[in-house]
Amino acid sequence: MMYKIDLVVIGGGPAGLMAANTAAEAGAEVLLLERDGHLGGQLVKQTHKFFGSEKQHASVRGIDISTMLGDRLDSFGDRATVWKNATAIGFYEDGVITVDHDGVYKKVKPKRVVVATGASEKFLSFPNNDLPGIYGAGAVQTMMNVYGIRPGHRVLMIGAGNIGLIVSYQLMQAGVSVAAIVEGLPKIGGYAVHAGKVRRAGVPILTSHTILRADGQESVERATIARIDRTWNAIPETERTIECDVICISVGLTPLAELLWQAGCEMRYIPALGGSVPLRNDCLETTVKGVYVAGDVTGIEEASAAMVEGHLAGLEAAASLGFKSDSYDAERKDCMEQLTALRSGPTAEKIRTGLACTACL
Amino acid sequence: MGDRRITDHPILDFDEGEVIHFTFDGKPMEGREGDTIASALHANGVKVLGYHFKTKRPRGFYCAIGNCSACLMIVNGKSNVRTCTAPLLPGMVVETQSDRGVPDDV
Ligand SMILES: Cc1cc2nc3c(=O)[nH]c(=O)nc-3n(C[C@H](O)[C@H](O)[C@H](O)COP(=O)(O)OP(=O)(O)OC[C@H]3O[C@@H](n4cnc5c(N)ncnc54)[C@H](O)[C@@H]3O)c2cc1C
Ligand code: FES
Repeated sequence: MMYKIDLVVIGGGPAGLMAANTAAEAGAEVLLLERDGHLGGQLVKQTHKFFGSEKQHASVRGIDISTMLGDRLDSFGDRATVWKNATAIGFYEDGVITVDHDGVYKKVKPKRVVVATGASEKFLSFPNNDLPGIYGAGAVQTMMNVYGIRPGHRVLMIGAGNIGLIVSYQLMQAGVSVAAIVEGLPKIGGYAVHAGKVRRAGVPILTSHTILRADGQESVERATIARIDRTWNAIPETERTIECDVICISVGLTPLAELLWQAGCEMRYIPALGGSVPLRNDCLETTVKGVYVAGDVTGIEEASAAMVEGHLAGLEAAASLGFKSDSYDAERKDCMEQLTALRSGPTAEKIRTGLACTACL
Repeated sequence: MGDRRITDHPILDFDEGEVIHFTFDGKPMEGREGDTIASALHANGVKVLGYHFKTKRPRGFYCAIGNCSACLMIVNGKSNVRTCTAPLLPGMVVETQSDRGVPDDV
């Protein structure tokens, strides 16, 4: 059987939730597909309060934002359907999307699609990097904040970006000790507030350091780290061993864009945005007509930007089907202004340079 | 290894869900309602979920959100189950996997 619907949104993180809400609000019939058993994407594991302005729910905890957006979607009744445990596994040139929904294979043919699949964590190569006990930072966060389970007793964190810093702090909140945070660059990438919190708790942040290897029988027992020079080569005699049962890798995210490749969207490799991203116009429509994108899949940013992009993509996808409300112009203008504001500070320079390369049409 | 479950947290509340019984390589184990198979195993101190089909090196989970396939195990006789996202259900028979597994009946 082929399901037909106005709009399918793939991914129920902040971007997808906003896209689905906005399009349903405008009057479109929406189907939201989420691979997980719950909505919220990365938000569900974020227990810290958010930055940004009030519009993007600053100072609300990530988990609460996702509940709010999920409840709002429920309020549209039949107009918005949510399939959980539903993975979009294929996106074909004739516009058909195939879905594994709770083990049942389904086909959907929507008039428009918003792809909001988010990102996946990057990995690092070093000897024995496949030992059990070496986990992505997001995985550690999921174990702790979603399932309530400590990943181990003593963690070595690799990467001092915001995620590395926040997860280190959350590990301590959960009663796990953090041996050190190792960062290859000469300075800390994350915000000073987050760095301050972990430093005050006594965790050393070792910049210009890297991990050389991990060791252990069946799982991690220790790691060897060393200071590195500007060309990232280990400086002799600076090696030291750190006892730990978990090594947490937090070296960035990369867009989860397989479905866009399959759909035939034109992609470009932009390191500043984390990997290959889709070209798109200012309505967030890709080079394949009717296929829109929002959130981390368009380039790694933050939940705040993901929500605004989701709003815009939902608004435009619905409008292109004739569901254009009186507030369309005002909403569009507001989204554009919010995105400009979010991307204006010095910390967003990398994102601005990256985005300059993504324009199509 | 009960100390792996977080009971005291400054922000989050983890209510004690119903106990779920399952077996891991024949050994009886307990998980909680809301666990995935991998989270329940981890709570029981099990980090090694399988062995690489060729090198036989031990494998554990990596991403915990269904992206990477590092956590494949045999569950109720079915191989290649992503245990980091598959919910734990009562009576499950969970086994380490060390080969490529067999495809599902189609
Ligand atoms: C530790 C940490 C701290 C952070 N702190 C902040 C902060 O303070 N402020 C801030 O603004 N941002 C923060 N962020 C960033 C923010 O969480 C992300 O930028 C944001 O979640 C991206 O939203 P998204 O909707 O694009 O993707 P995601 O949240 O990743 O959601 C994507 C969803 O799509 C689903 N999916 C993927 N593939 C498929 C498929 N094929 N079929 C069906 N579903 C699929 C996934 O399961 C997931 O639920 C933080 C991130 C992390 C990891
Ligand atoms: S740990 Fe990555 S898919 Fe399960």
